Amino acid sequence: MATQSNRLPGGGEIDRGKPLTFRFDDKTYTGFQGDTLASALLANNVKLVGRSFKYHRPRGVFSAGPEEPNALVHLRSGDRQEPNTRATMIELYDGLIAESQNRGKSLRNDPQRINNLFKAFLPAGFYYKTFMGPFRNTRLWMFIEGFIRKSAGMGAASGLPDPDHYDQMSRHCEILVIGGGPAGLMAAKSAAANGARVILVDDRADPGGQLRYEQYEIDGKKGLDWINETVAGLEAMDNVFILRRTTAFGYYDHNFIGCVERVCDHLPEPEGNKPRQRVWNLQAGHVVLATGSHEQPMVFGNNDLPGIMLAGAVRTYVNQYGVVPGKRAVVFTSCDDAYRTAIALHDAGTTVVALVDTRKLDSSYAQQLLDRKIRIINDSAIVSAQGNADGVTSVEVHSLSGGGAQRLDCDLVAMSNGWAPALHLFSQSGGKTAWDADRNIFVPGDSKQAECSVGAANGNFSLKTCLEEGSAAGAMAASSTGFNTAVQAVPAVSEIHESAYEPLWECPDPAKGHPKKFVDHQDDVAVSDIQLAYREGYISVEHLKRYTTLGMGTDQGKTSNVPGLAIMAEARGCSIPEAGHTTFRPPYTPVSMGALGGAETGEHYMPIRRTAIDSWHEEQGCKWIDAGIWRRPRYYPQSGETIRDAFIRETGMTRGSVGMCDVTTLGKIDLQGPDTAEFLERIYINHWMKLPVGKARYGMMLREDGIAYDDGVTSRMSENHFVMTTTTANAVKVMANLEFYLQVIWPELRVQVTSVTEQWSAIAVAGPNSRKVIQKIVDIDVSNEAFPFMGASGCVAAGIPGCRLFRISFSGELAFEINVPCDYARYVCEKIYEAGREFDIVPYGTETLGNMRIEKGHVAGPELDGRTTADDLGLGMMMSKKKEFVGKRLAYRDSMTGENRKKFVGFVPADGKTPLKAGAQIVVNENAAPPVEMIGHVTSTGYCVEHDHPIGLGLIRGGLDAWKDRVVYMSYPLRNIIVPMKVVSPVFVDPEGERLHG
Amino acid sequence: MSRYSALEVLKGGLTGQKHWQRAWRDPEPKQEYDAIIIGGGGHGLATAYYLAKLHGMSRIAVCEKGYLGGGNVGRNTTIVRSNYMLEDNAHFYEHGMKLWEELSQDINFNVMFSQRGIINLAHSDAQMDAFARRGNAMRLNGIDAELLTRDQVKEHLPMLDYSGKARFPVYGGLQQPRGGTARHDAVAWGYARAADMLGVDILQNCEVTGFDIHDGKVQGIQTTRGAIKSGKVGIAVAGNTSRVCALAGLNRLPIESHKLQAMVSEPLKPFIDTVCTFGAGHFYVSQSDKGGLVFGGDLDGYNSYAQRGNLPMVAHVLQCGMALMPAIGRIRLLRHWAGVMDMSMDGSPIISTTPVKGLYLNGGWCYGGFKATPASGWCFAHTVAQDRPHRLNEAFTLDRFERGYLIDEKGVGPIPALH
Ligand SMILES: Cc1cc2nc3c(=O)[nH]c(=O)nc-3n(C[C@H](O)[C@H](O)[C@H](O)COP(=O)(O)OP(=O)(O)OC[C@H]3O[C@@H](n4cnc5c(N)ncnc54)[C@H](O)[C@@H]3O)c2cc1C
Repeated sequence: MATQSNRLPGGGEIDRGKPLTFRFDDKTYTGFQGDTLASALLANNVKLVGRSFKYHRPRGVFSAGPEEPNALVHLRSGDRQEPNTRATMIELYDGLIAESQNRGKSLRNDPQRINNLFKAFLPAGFYYKTFMGPFRNTRLWMFIEGFIRKSAGMGAASGLPDPDHYDQMSRHCEILVIGGGPAGLMAAKSAAANGARVILVDDRADPGGQLRYEQYEIDGKKGLDWINETVAGLEAMDNVFILRRTTAFGYYDHNFIGCVERVCDHLPEPEGNKPRQRVWNLQAGHVVLATGSHEQPMVFGNNDLPGIMLAGAVRTYVNQYGVVPGKRAVVFTSCDDAYRTAIALHDAGTTVVALVDTRKLDSSYAQQLLDRKIRIINDSAIVSAQGNADGVTSVEVHSLSGGGAQRLDCDLVAMSNGWAPALHLFSQSGGKTAWDADRNIFVPGDSKQAECSVGAANGNFSLKTCLEEGSAAGAMAASSTGFNTAVQAVPAVSEIHESAYEPLWECPDPAKGHPKKFVDHQDDVAVSDIQLAYREGYISVEHLKRYTTLGMGTDQGKTSNVPGLAIMAEARGCSIPEAGHTTFRPPYTPVSMGALGGAETGEHYMPIRRTAIDSWHEEQGCKWIDAGIWRRPRYYPQSGETIRDAFIRETGMTRGSVGMCDVTTLGKIDLQGPDTAEFLERIYINHWMKLPVGKARYGMMLREDGIAYDDGVTSRMSENHFVMTTTTANAVKVMANLEFYLQVIWPELRVQVTSVTEQWSAIAVAGPNSRKVIQKIVDIDVSNEAFPFMGASGCVAAGIPGCRLFRISFSGELAFEINVPCDYARYVCEKIYEAGREFDIVPYGTETLGNMRIEKGHVAGPELDGRTTADDLGLGMMMSKKKEFVGKRLAYRDSMTGENRKKFVGFVPADGKTPLKAGAQIVVNENAAPPVEMIGHVTSTGYCVEHDHPIGLGLIRGGLDAWKDRVVYMSYPLRNIIVPMKVVSPVFVDPEGERLHG
Repeated sequence: MSRYSALEVLKGGLTGQKHWQRAWRDPEPKQEYDAIIIGGGGHGLATAYYLAKLHGMSRIAVCEKGYLGGGNVGRNTTIVRSNYMLEDNAHFYEHGMKLWEELSQDINFNVMFSQRGIINLAHSDAQMDAFARRGNAMRLNGIDAELLTRDQVKEHLPMLDYSGKARFPVYGGLQQPRGGTARHDAVAWGYARAADMLGVDILQNCEVTGFDIHDGKVQGIQTTRGAIKSGKVGIAVAGNTSRVCALAGLNRLPIESHKLQAMVSEPLKPFIDTVCTFGAGHFYVSQSDKGGLVFGGDLDGYNSYAQRGNLPMVAHVLQCGMALMPAIGRIRLLRHWAGVMDMSMDGSPIISTTPVKGLYLNGGWCYGGFKATPASGWCFAHTVAQDRPHRLNEAFTLDRFERGYLIDEKGVGPIPALH
């Protein structure tokens, strides 16, 4: 087992008493509680951790935070394997397994590192210019694409179902503070002082931000102690809620912020019933963005070698994790900040070979370096680095005013080109970024939503200003949401005033050789690519990004966008703000799809809706089928029966004696009020005013454009009370439509509509013996005289009061439908079944229901396909000429009427036996070559039990008038089927309707 | 200007790729053109290209208010297909498919059209029947289509949930093998470069702010780069159709503007090799050549011209996504964004003359206009040049809504947001 050769004997926020073992590739290492995977790898002197996207160049840890472009690994294994996971954000746990990615069998000997040799031939966008081939087809490209796809991509997904579960929560607050650094903590403290509900979100295990790794004193105490006290103080308040390990990833309309909490990612597996991650939907009165800033790198030749890191990150590893990532360091900077890295490294025992400063000025920290005998090379820049997969070995330094070149041996370069405020959330909120020419940074411009930025996120990097801004913003946010508070006093801090930062966006080239200078380390976008984009006219920053893929990696360009656009501005000879900034798109850092999906997936995705009689069907041994989100019995097989056997038996038994069917899923809408009849008159195409109490009527509705929409039976229970049924599929939509008409179009109508689909269960009892069965159940006389076809009445059923009985039929048989308050539905159902036993009653499912309606030529979903008119369906006669109704105005446009429309007909196979298939098209010529004229299509098919042959329904141009008894072809080329069939009336049983009325 | 070829790139490799010139010029607007196309998206650029190439016009300008390709052509999920049932759509999109198949060679720019197939999943018998109806119609129209069984789907898409836990099990699917994806930016850039080579002036940062119309005839336009004269003006501004048409006095279009989101995951090694659409919710997915899973779903909840979306729709899409493919749980979403959709009343486009003489309209693309780019440009060029539609776009008139000649592929009616 490797030793932690780079670990300091003391210091840092790690617990040396808790050693942890972990694996990276095929080696086992140790680290400590409090480490990240990155810090533990660095502690073990592991320099090479991955390969870049395109050239497969060696990659080492680059940063210490969410901006990491390089150190991406497969975390965990098997079905928990997580690709592209940033080692800098993984909290180490015992037994952690990680693997490097985007490589062949071995990371060191990755065969694709050969790409690097050909990099001159693989400039940005080379694929747009090549691989087309001489032939006018896509074959060559698709052949090449196979290879490109395999070599592209970074990590690999396991392809196995994710075993963990996820959750979503929503919460409101007055003030949301994003970022728990000094500015954010101060803001939370002052916002919460007067009772406002405050939520503080921080993406680390513990808040503190930079104070966890900087060595400031606050109020004479260690910075960390101040943090701990402040956090404890906040935690003690009832109105403050702190979310740790939580990243605010998206800022949306209406101050809606999406956050993801990594509940169990710091553990080997989620413990107990906890979700792996949880998305928080937060909505705040005011948002304080204390999101900090990201250090920007220097752009010089081979600047992507392992061992070349951001200076702030190096300082973090030393101070927070007690790790020195190298023995001989060169610090390279254009600002004062990195001087503190030199100091930290030196004090930790590392040799600091030199600090190279691009500026001529004397840094405020210069004296401290000189005291430590660290050489400062001013007005100079690193122009190239040398090294290999094991890291940098030396750098070449040039004076920026000409002259003096020197080579410095080192195994660590800590670089800083200043800090860029993290404007992601601000920009997502709709705000425009502004260029601050004095400070050379983009800062937040005017707010579009109720938010403000503080501290480093606002471009103010000094600790004192962070605290002051935080305090003021917290108080302001509290007042703006009605909780006046005084600005909290800001503690005293130890800090020196830093001298100005003078960015150097691109270092000059060395005298000999022009090694690539990388801007986007993950995607291998170099300065030469940006210059190529410029030459080719891809000069808008958005073109630049898309053409070169700059900033398109998993880090979203947190350390490459600003340098990239500065280099483009330079090429164009314009200012940085003129070149502009690309749009920041959410999420701030990538979020797992599992978390975004939350809990409503798998079986919980649109949970099954069951009728109140569900358990009874199950006991009868039914087979289920999904009907929208409902489940319905499809058929009730007896031993050895196929579905076909079963529905033929069920149909036969029902038509021969009696059957029963659960029709609860039909939409049921209760309409009450003095204008209900008038309302129905407007909604349906037929008449309703004169429908007597105690009667039901079939109705059809059109869409506003005159197309058939929905049908069903509506009954008048009393003068002002109607009960409507809709199709199962349209129940919700029709209800919404009725609400719309009543609320928006005709608010003057005195009608109330209520969906009662869930309150009532419905059982259809059909067949010649249905009356005998029903008479045993209900307390009213159901003889033909007393209760004729289309009768509707309240009743007591099986002793249950408040039930309803309708004499309506979908099957074409003598039939009844009984509606029962759903709590009693199963009981009544059993009673009906018992009552029917002497007639061999059968329960039947959707298959038989459908077959019987096809035999009877009733239209349903396949015919009501959103393109048919009432007339097409043979219901044109129902359309009232005398009144207005929804859809009438548009129903008579030229194309909507006439002989050439496809009309509803029936089909039988010409040979009387070949089954017909729904979804077939109808053609007149058996052997035509495409394009073939299609004159209609088959919508529904079944089997006519009485006449013992297959049947079909469909639509054909000109309808029966044109085609009655003629032979056409059912064409189903998908299965190579073509069947001659005869066009017939769509009513196959009891065409006169005698049974219904009997 | 160098032709694009592997040889040129190799040559460039020896000389630092220094020989490449601008892919398109950055000209000053002229005072007058024979035709002006408004909108430097895919359709506008394709129209200009075909006008110059096929209709012998040489003085053509494309006015783009921002940078070319910054609209929907660079925001979409790149699915290309011609799996339509209704005649008018089928012939139009199939013509497009054929143009796609030769596009890279035609414009000498690799648009990476990858015919990896598209599979629409079915989750019920009724859906299988509806797919069969469409597939049979496709076959009879000479378009490739396969009706896949569940087992066949599994061969193509092993990562779906076939366990008993799937709420809506896969019954099968309708496949169009020639469908696939293309690189969206390349389509815009490639058409721009090819049009530019034929002399078309592409005017970026040139927003159209008004029209000069006299006696019912267009005379020219006003732009942020000055007035430009032309007797023929074609509008191809997708999500901005209503706004631009209003400038020409066409105030009540059969179009609503909605926003649609797209999402992409972190780059991955090959995960899914075809395009797939979920039939029991709003989710469709493919994988880009860079490795990102590209997916999307339904429109956001309210109309807007903001090109950014909200979280509830992302959550909804991923509920569907996780229900269909629980293997994506640990894959991360990298970016999401939105485009403004010109949703028409029947879900089909408009490529048409207008009541104003010399003014032509191309719009109403809903979320399916990327695949239409070549056919749309081709037909629109014909319409602009000849002042009348080609047979292929005859049905896509602006006045069809008045006359009831709807082309409603989905059958959901005159509610734009439902198409
Ligand atoms: C998220 C999403 C996913 C999609 N997925 C698919 C898909 O998978 N398959 C598919 O086929 N289609 C898809 N689409 C639809 C497709 O992208 C569009 O229908 C198509 O790109 C529109 O045509 P266009 O390219 O010309 O539009 P655009 O690229 O939007 O071009 C219109 C141009 O007009 C410019 N403009 C506007 N106003 C003015 C003015 N006043 N003056 C000058 N210029 C102006 C705009 O700046 C813009 O550049 C999707 C769309 C979105 C948003």
